[in-house]
Amino acid sequence: MSSHAETLDHGHHDAHGHDHEHFHDDHDHHEESFISKYVFSQDHKMISKQFLVTAVFMGILAMMMSIFFRLQLGWPGKSFPILETFLGKWAPGGVLAPDMYLALVTIHGTIMVFFVLTGGLSGTFSNLLIPFQIGARDMASGFLNMLSYWFFLLSSVIMVISLFLETGPASGGWTIYPPLSALPQAMPGSGMGMTLWLVSMAIFIVSSLLGSLNYIVTVVNLRVKGMSMTRLPLTIWAFLVTAILGVLSFPVLFAAALLLIFDRSFGTSFYLSDIYIGGQALEHTGGSPILFQHLFWFLGHPEVYIVLLPALGLTSEIISTNARKPIFGYKAMIGSILVIAFLSFIVWGHHMFITGMNPFLGSVFTFTTLLVAIPSAVKVFNYITTLWKGNIVFTPAMLFAVGLVSTFITGGLTGIILGDSALDINIHDTYFVVAHFHIVMGASAIFGMFAGVYHWFPRMYGKMMNKQLGFAHFWLTIVSVYGVFFPMHFLGLAGIPRRYYTNTEFALFDSFSDINAMISTFAILGAIAQCLFLFNFFYSIFKGAKTKHNPWNANTMEWTAPTEHIHGNWPGAIPEVHRWPYDYSKPGMPEDFVQQTVPLQNGEVESH
Amino acid sequence: MNWLIIFTVVLGVLAVARLLKVMELSAALRGGDVNDITEDNNKNNALTWIVFGVLFFYAFYWQVKNYGALLLPESASEHGLKTDMLFDVSMWIITPTFFATHIFLFYYIFKYYHRKGQKATFFAHSTKLELIWTVIPTIVLTSLIVYGIGTWNEITTPAPQETMVIELYAKQYDWTARYAGKDNQLGKASFRLIDGVNALGIDVKDEAASDDKIVRGEFHIPVGKSVNFKFHSRDVIHSAYMPHFRAQMNCVPGMETMLHFVPTITTAEMRVKTGNDKFDYLLLCNKICGASHFNMQMKIVVESQEEFDKWISEKKTFAQEIAPPAPVAATVDSAAVAADSTKVDSATVKVVAQVH
Ligand code: HEM
Ligand SMILES: [Cu+2]
Ligand SMILES: [Cu+2]
Repeated sequence: MSSHAETLDHGHHDAHGHDHEHFHDDHDHHEESFISKYVFSQDHKMISKQFLVTAVFMGILAMMMSIFFRLQLGWPGKSFPILETFLGKWAPGGVLAPDMYLALVTIHGTIMVFFVLTGGLSGTFSNLLIPFQIGARDMASGFLNMLSYWFFLLSSVIMVISLFLETGPASGGWTIYPPLSALPQAMPGSGMGMTLWLVSMAIFIVSSLLGSLNYIVTVVNLRVKGMSMTRLPLTIWAFLVTAILGVLSFPVLFAAALLLIFDRSFGTSFYLSDIYIGGQALEHTGGSPILFQHLFWFLGHPEVYIVLLPALGLTSEIISTNARKPIFGYKAMIGSILVIAFLSFIVWGHHMFITGMNPFLGSVFTFTTLLVAIPSAVKVFNYITTLWKGNIVFTPAMLFAVGLVSTFITGGLTGIILGDSALDINIHDTYFVVAHFHIVMGASAIFGMFAGVYHWFPRMYGKMMNKQLGFAHFWLTIVSVYGVFFPMHFLGLAGIPRRYYTNTEFALFDSFSDINAMISTFAILGAIAQCLFLFNFFYSIFKGAKTKHNPWNANTMEWTAPTEHIHGNWPGAIPEVHRWPYDYSKPGMPEDFVQQTVPLQNGEVESH
Repeated sequence: MNWLIIFTVVLGVLAVARLLKVMELSAALRGGDVNDITEDNNKNNALTWIVFGVLFFYAFYWQVKNYGALLLPESASEHGLKTDMLFDVSMWIITPTFFATHIFLFYYIFKYYHRKGQKATFFAHSTKLELIWTVIPTIVLTSLIVYGIGTWNEITTPAPQETMVIELYAKQYDWTARYAGKDNQLGKASFRLIDGVNALGIDVKDEAASDDKIVRGEFHIPVGKSVNFKFHSRDVIHSAYMPHFRAQMNCVPGMETMLHFVPTITTAEMRVKTGNDKFDYLLLCNKICGASHFNMQMKIVVESQEEFDKWISEKKTFAQEIAPPAPVAATVDSAAVAADSTKVDSATVKVVAQVH
């Protein structure tokens, strides 16, 4: 593979410093063309930016959808011309149609979970940081890495195309439970829209697997001399474990989707049995819709950690750097990542407590689920202790990282309620669940992603993002996140189901209309706050102030490489690593940070 | 109008862009970098965290105070009292944890914001601390797990033999209730038998089916008696959600699911308790099932045994519904027996079966 050859090539030149002139000539010789540099790039730095920008666009789409359906929920039946402008026949007279409501919710969830927080988050930061922070020239396979991005883009495009279908996009919820998702007679979105959803997701899974395998191989094989596993930044641990989760769980979703495709198109009955719909008894017998749920959640639960772990990794790094203190309990942090990852494979049944499962099985899943709270609590306490007696610099990244700690606490605690099967009976599928997972997974992962973007923007683009806009962005965002999702706990405890087009059909829920309007108002405020980010992001790419080298005085390897974009990351030999990444404010050192490449002083004890 | 908005937005964006350039240049003149984090930035953000923290806690209090009253009224079922208790205990564990962790979080980030001359303490690890905060959550969670699973086991036991059986049958987008009748046995049904008249696909030839009673719109249950629900769906997955009874179960095509509970408060009593004379118990659909998922409901009436007996006796049996009008005598007869049948102790069921 070409990039690999090149990696070796660099190594060779490094070993013989006197070859340097020659090497440069060589490089100018095959000056990259626009196409190979910006489009079909095999360079991890460029691929990471491609993932980021694609995810930003998908994120804008998903956010707009959420505003559209929040308009309906906040002011049911009221006419909003903007809805008709964007949705045409799906919002006649400016009032969202029930079918379109479900379609928007479905695609919003799908995009947020998979395209923004899986593809976007891992794609951007695993690509950017794995080679940089372990001291590698690039990914193990630049070519597969490039393919991973192009499959991601292709699946994104297909998902977007499905929005324009005559019968609308998939509408059965992001969990696409059959028979609803299997039968076009059940809802229009289960026709062509569902087909495209499945095709898009199948391609997405290919992308994710290519990426994950590459990440694993790279971390395992390409660490620079001295970079032992226990000197890896927590970011890399998080990305590595995330990739392993992905490799183990996405194929199961692929299998689930494949069987669904068979049921839909080839008359098999894996998930279907005893159905009478559209005035007709169907031929399918013997299948089980519950089988699909087992397969789906076997991916689905690890998936929530695929979303969350990278965010926790980024946050660990950012909190330590900006508190100017080592991350507290480095080994315990690694341990809790591993324990969480392991447990995430044996808790999937908590999404299925009320499918009529054997009560004994329900108790087993309650047991394993509540165990997850232990490593999660350890992480929270370690974050807080890292802040204790720190010297905290409030960069925009640091604000978001601290915001993540808050949302992770708030959302994690309600997991203790949901995970209890006896309690889940009455709050399953209500707004309580919506509040829980948006806070613990949605907000936390998005906060981690924003923190990452603000922190590594200088590394990606050589520019700084504007700090004032960053501050405003953060404060408005955290206020609106809690303004939107905190009240939802109460809606859920009052028995309001999720995925309802409106709650006005019941006198029971009348007293909640004000709360719903308030929630929608906060949602709009939140969307406006994201405009600050979008402006800052694109403005800074082109016009931002130049960054200085290592702007945050951080220890990790990526800041030892020159700010300019060079193929192979370091011009000469890759510097050797001599210490862990968290020597911040170490006594006896001249400055409050010591980069990993600095050898131990005389008599200095290595810290862990 | 639309153009005006677009124009204003574009103008605004350009203005902000200019402003940023100006700030950058003026910072450069002062020999700095616009995006350096100044001592003022640190102080102001730290202060904002405190303001945010106070507002956050206040908002929590305010919501509990104002929205707390809107939550579901006390449980109207026996087992619901147990799960409500479990819920309260869990809340008493997580709420203090929520406050404690957030207080530490807000306090530390305020107290230790960056100042000139301040140095962070190099504190990377402490086995003792880490042990403490692994062991304490473990103990707390273990107790919760034991308590939670205990409750779950208590409320998921099989229904007592003599419990009255009611089928809740789901389809897009309505509910049908079928009472098992005097034999307390639901007649067989199959999706292949569904037609215009026989919407549940009940097997006409099955003896057990003839006394079944089918009701729509609302269904009644007697207070203080265990009811055993059997759930079916004919098309997609639905979920029978009866929030006031803390009861929910999925309705899955091709499969039978079950749940039983004892209602403890009649509709009339609940109206008094809630101070709402329009209050009604509801059965909602709580699994996305299509366009009208949001409006798939059925009223539930809980009443005394006598009221219930009277109500059910006025309903036609399945045999009467599909058969041509039967001789008058027979109708009277079966109505009388039907009233009888709802006394659900097994002795009665046996007697009725013999009469039959
Ligand atoms: C403290 C640990 C956690 C526990 C005990 C927990 C438990 C649960 C349970 C039991 C449910 C099912 C609720 C229902 O029955 O409807 C659930 C739903 C969910 N959780 Fe968590 N969770 C935890 C942490 C997380 C984290 C960290 C994430 C995200 C990274 C997350 C994301 C989700 C999502 C997306 C759902 C929604 C599933 C749906 O579509 O219904 N959870 N959680
Ligand atoms: Cu899960
Ligand atoms: Cu339904």
